[in-house]
Amino acid sequence: MNEAIKLEYTISDDDFTRAGEASGDLKDKLKKMGVDPAVIRKVVIAMYEGEINMVIHANGGKITVTITTDEIIMELADKGPGIPDVKLAMQEGFSTAPDNIRSLGFGAGMGLPNMKKYSDEMTVETQQGVGTTVTMKVKL
Amino acid sequence: MTIADIAEKLNFKIINEGEMKTREAKKVFCCDLLSLAMSKLPADAAWVTVMGNTNTLAVASLADAACIITAENVCPDENTVNKAKEQNITVLKSEFPVFETALMIDKLINA
Ligand SMILES: Nc1ncnc2c1ncn2[C@@H]1O[C@H](COP(=O)(O)OP(=O)(O)OP(=O)(O)O)[C@@H](O)[C@H]1O
Ligand SMILES: [Mg+2]
Repeated sequence: MNEAIKLEYTISDDDFTRAGEASGDLKDKLKKMGVDPAVIRKVVIAMYEGEINMVIHANGGKITVTITTDEIIMELADKGPGIPDVKLAMQEGFSTAPDNIRSLGFGAGMGLPNMKKYSDEMTVETQQGVGTTVTMKVKL
Repeated sequence: MTIADIAEKLNFKIINEGEMKTREAKKVFCCDLLSLAMSKLPADAAWVTVMGNTNTLAVASLADAACIITAENVCPDENTVNKAKEQNITVLKSEFPVFETALMIDKLINA
């Protein structure tokens, strides 16, 4: 593979029944490309948590995945409310998910910690009232 | 042991067949919190949970679970059942609580 492959996903807001489809599509594509299953697992966990966060906390957004010869870069950009305290949000167990969302099984406060743990590099750019962009890299 | 054998021996109700006749469950895993399940669910595990919604399906599929078994007689809604059919995910239902259900499966597959 010489050229980088670029995939784009639009994540719609509040559509819980479709949440996870982008991650599923990426998983299928990586499988077909013959990517190491251990790498796929990391990418899928990180991407799914990010995708779900966009739906639950940020009214959806856009995910751009770039696959190069040595890494997979996932950029998740939303125009949601932003994260007031990133350090706090990154703590295991911290969650602002409302009850109706928790009753679906979300709200453990493990999403962002999982994204950090399963990606090799992660940055969070966020501004209150403007949005959040999370960039994660997983090495191939 | 195939999931179909497990379902038959333990009298679980079949909500959606999926690949139950050919696919094996090698482990059993319990968790109701999706982001924990996402990172901890072992591939090919029978996942016992009281959460039977479309998000459970998404996590099961992404984490390569062998099947979903809802405990406590929790019945997934129609939308979830349709989605399970579409995605070919095996869903079973047990009348017992999570722990008992998982224990029964564990005893059976490790017998
Ligand atoms: N894209 C986002 N926009 C705004 N806030 C966010 C975003 N992502 C996360 N947050 C905030 O950070 C908190 C922690 O996120 P995290 O994913 O760790 O947990 P959660 O989504 O609440 O629960 P879980 O992921 O375990 O189901 C959220 O509750 C929310 O307040
Ligand atoms: Mg989350």
